[in-house]
Amino acid sequence: MDYIVILDKTILIVAIFIVSLAVAAYATFGERKVAAWLQDRVGPNRAGPFGLLQPVADGVKMFMKEEIIPNAANKKLFIIAPAIFMVTALMSSAIIPWGKPFEIGDRQFHLLVADLNIGMLFVFAMVALGSYGIMIGGWASNSKFSLMGALRSSSQMISYELPLGMSIVALILFAGTLNLTEIVEMQKYGNWNVFYQPLGFIIFLVCVFAECGRAPFDMPESESELVGGFHTEYSSMKLGLFLFAEYIHMFISSAILATLFFGGYHFPGIDSLDLAPNIAALVSIVVLFSKIFFFIFLFMWVRWTLPRFRFDQVMNLGWNVLIPLSLLNILATAAYVTFF
Amino acid sequence: MTESIDYIALLIQFSVAMAFVVVTLVATHFLGPNRKTEDKLEIFESGIESIGNARLPFSIKYFLAAILFVMFDVEVIFMYPWAVNLKELGTVGFVGMFIFLAIFLLGFLYELKKGALKWE
Repeated sequence: MDYIVILDKTILIVAIFIVSLAVAAYATFGERKVAAWLQDRVGPNRAGPFGLLQPVADGVKMFMKEEIIPNAANKKLFIIAPAIFMVTALMSSAIIPWGKPFEIGDRQFHLLVADLNIGMLFVFAMVALGSYGIMIGGWASNSKFSLMGALRSSSQMISYELPLGMSIVALILFAGTLNLTEIVEMQKYGNWNVFYQPLGFIIFLVCVFAECGRAPFDMPESESELVGGFHTEYSSMKLGLFLFAEYIHMFISSAILATLFFGGYHFPGIDSLDLAPNIAALVSIVVLFSKIFFFIFLFMWVRWTLPRFRFDQVMNLGWNVLIPLSLLNILATAAYVTFF
Repeated sequence: MTESIDYIALLIQFSVAMAFVVVTLVATHFLGPNRKTEDKLEIFESGIESIGNARLPFSIKYFLAAILFVMFDVEVIFMYPWAVNLKELGTVGFVGMFIFLAIFLLGFLYELKKGALKWE
């Protein structure tokens, strides 16, 4: 029996893996199309119909480029860094419930890799480990631009991890669990957490932008002052892994946003329809992915609308505004939960 | 809820991710051209020859931010078990955490007053 479960999990893991890579690849394409649309341009349209093969072309190009490791760099660390960054990005998808279970015969096929009761803590662990990839990469390059980028990036990431964690505490006060499946099940029938935790949602959203290093928080790699930040010295697929992992981060963060605050795979109206289990499972996947795509679009929209912060502004916002706000949010929520 | 199968699944996911990373890194190593020159292997410094290496002292602010993060992160981790159990703990739990958060806040205010987080 155990072997069948392990087989199930393996199939699911490979499927999620391929989907994350595909979404990340097409997010790069989507990013350019959205940018073009917002700036009244056409965007990539040469490779394949409507430029749809552009991500494939980009990927192949990355593979075919010369791999350069500067003489002054620490070779081993230089190679390990992008691997850490990519692996942690791919690992964090493990605790997201992707949909309702399928029924095959008398078995249930759960669309969830690991049903951990410490779900959210696992995500934080992976995010925190990811910043090692950046730090090691920036330091091992032995370039001043990379060092500056890595310093900025790591202090930005750790600064925003505090309000990120604290905004989740307020949500957990309501939910009473760290398990994401249970959090999703509580949000049935349009009972979305965002209505109970609007401030927590806003803090979480801002922190997610900062954690992903997306504009307006893309200080670590601001090309106009730091060339490329921590990946200045990287080339070929090692650079590719860094860039790609960022888009995977974006995909996973959107999934977590949808799961925690917007009902995950539930949608009011669709929950109360009496669908056959397998169709319900399919519909739930579609619902979750539409929410994810909406958030990915939001990421891009913000990037091409807002200018970049200065670094002291980023740190001030994190420490002086978001941390007190999220403390307040925790206290208010705790008082509400205890006394009402 | 959590069973050993969930951790086995995590291991599988880890090996799949590792395999992907190793295969890409090895593939790009063999697929790309290999025409190295001295100039190419220099550190990028906007076209100017780089002076010294990059193992430079950096602003103490980054270090302070890291230290403060470690402290506050531990405090935030303490909040998780409390948050999960608050409904059972009731008023006692609330008051207890209120005192904890008050101390947290005091430390935070002290740090703000000392200017540890001024970035100009």
